[in-house]
Amino acid sequence: MFIHYLLIRLLTALAVVFGVAVLVFVLIHLVPGDPVDVMLGESVQPADKEALRHALGLDQPLYQQLLNYVGRLFQLDFGHSIYSKRPILDIILERLPATIELGSAALVVAMVIAFPLGVLAALYRNTLIDVGAMGFALLGVSIPNFWMGPILIMVGALWVGWFPVSGREGWLSLILPAMTLGTAMAAIVSRMVRSTLLEVINEDFMRTARAKGLSEVWVILRHGLRNALLPVITLLGLQLGTLLGGAVITETIFSWPGIGQLTVEAIQRRDYPMVQATIFIISLSYIIVNVMTDILYAWLDPRIRIQESS
Amino acid sequence: MSARTTKQTDESAENDLPPLETPWEEFLHVFKKDRLAITGAVVLGLLVLAAISGKTFTEWIVLFDPEVVRLPDKFLPPLSSPSSEVIPEQDLPLLGIYLMGTDELGRDVFARMLQGSFVSLSIGFIAVGISVIIGVMLGGFAGYYGNLKLGIITIDTLIMRFTDVMLCFPTFFLILTVVALLPPSIYNIMIVIGLTSWMGTTRFVRAEFLTLREQDYVVAGKALGLPESRIIFRHMVPNAIAPVLVSATIGVATAILTESGLSFLGFGVQPPYATWGNILADGKGFIFDAPWLFFIPGLAILVVVLAFNLVGEGLREALNPKLRGR
Repeated sequence: MFIHYLLIRLLTALAVVFGVAVLVFVLIHLVPGDPVDVMLGESVQPADKEALRHALGLDQPLYQQLLNYVGRLFQLDFGHSIYSKRPILDIILERLPATIELGSAALVVAMVIAFPLGVLAALYRNTLIDVGAMGFALLGVSIPNFWMGPILIMVGALWVGWFPVSGREGWLSLILPAMTLGTAMAAIVSRMVRSTLLEVINEDFMRTARAKGLSEVWVILRHGLRNALLPVITLLGLQLGTLLGGAVITETIFSWPGIGQLTVEAIQRRDYPMVQATIFIISLSYIIVNVMTDILYAWLDPRIRIQESS
Repeated sequence: MSARTTKQTDESAENDLPPLETPWEEFLHVFKKDRLAITGAVVLGLLVLAAISGKTFTEWIVLFDPEVVRLPDKFLPPLSSPSSEVIPEQDLPLLGIYLMGTDELGRDVFARMLQGSFVSLSIGFIAVGISVIIGVMLGGFAGYYGNLKLGIITIDTLIMRFTDVMLCFPTFFLILTVVALLPPSIYNIMIVIGLTSWMGTTRFVRAEFLTLREQDYVVAGKALGLPESRIIFRHMVPNAIAPVLVSATIGVATAILTESGLSFLGFGVQPPYATWGNILADGKGFIFDAPWLFFIPGLAILVVVLAFNLVGEGLREALNPKLRGR
């Protein structure tokens, strides 16, 4: 049964990847006028234009271009960067680890803040602690990361001097960007933890646990948090898109050599094949993570896999 | 407006008592008690005022000119007076002082913030307007006509799978790319943000429509022979609109953040036109010499986004009885 669910989920994911590939292809045709003109600028020899047009396959009929393009995407063949002439896949593979590192660190920051905050708010609901924690959460979703980043640099790197201003050297350089990127997610997750805990707080199994004589803290940590975990996992998968979007800005602020910074550079250099490739890779990772969270969810919660497969 | 005016003349029918409050009165009643949401609403009122006067006094009747360059007066802190000996009289700020200081070209930051408030607000509202229209249309279609077949697949499947594909794009990346491909203009940014943020609304509306479709009053409407457009827009949409309203309010906050993020990266509204995002981006380089250039726009964005989020939360509580008393 679980295998069946897995198979269906993977197949739909594949269809979605196809859809994304088509949309990425369509993107380049959104450019008003001739994409080759836009890429090369005005003062170019007609022969060079033709050469690029041919190299990008833009001289073929549209459906042929689409099929070729999608076919190559599925083989992870993105062609060459117009700017550096190197294979795009190589460049992306160089940059990807930095973004994964930053994203994971932001996730850790978010969890470390969110769980204690959410649990405290639920334990002491409608007290000052609750109000304070949720006030922080509201502030966290509202604070722009392009404002918070420079403030953290000012305080943490220039005044206190504990952390480097920018770049990616050693784990110390990871802290400020991870905090910048993780705060919004911490805010969202802490609210989720609080509300799911409040939902289960009066369930029978919680009452049983209390009746056994367990302390309220232990009841929440041992029995309540387990149930809060499921929605949080789904939320994390869905929030990855926001996290990656935030990574563009965070990486730019901190000169962090990841995919986000690569995208911004590619756009500034009008390196469109590179832009398409980064969009595809980012979407692909988003899809993969969401498939994984769905599968994890089904594995953790038997009700879902039974319902889906019947 | 009171529900009691509709009180029935037949006093004996005790079971037919009219409701104590109409849904609208009940909503106001709950919303008014939410002090944070009221604060947010007041801030938003002030913002609307600032935006309208910003458009009026920086473009139509130029009282505050955001584009006047006064090089002798660059980097003056807030509330400082201009060096009137060197500045031509017509270029002096209206109030005799620079309320929010000046930037690296001696431009009046207050005038620029005023101009920016209109940009931020109009982008927020128009982008969300577009996304709500698309969301309600697609969601309503998928929910109401979902069972119709289009070839081998149903309309519902078609629309919802397309929604799934769109949801798989990290929105900010998509917006960034499209904005970079198109010529930079405020309208393109509004449209692009609108076109990439309708997916949540579509899902809400579809889910609401699926349950509403089976409600008695819809069946009754059909039995009466009402045209479908009337059933949908007059009877179903108002009943499905509560969650849409909440997500739209929070959506305005997100759109404002997105626009300022784009401006921050240099892909937003182009200079000399001032937006909060590009004032902040310029100010980032002078964070020690002229901190107001960085802190004023940042604080403004934070306060406005916070206000929209507070109002959104308040609406959610007031519109959804299930959430009350938490």
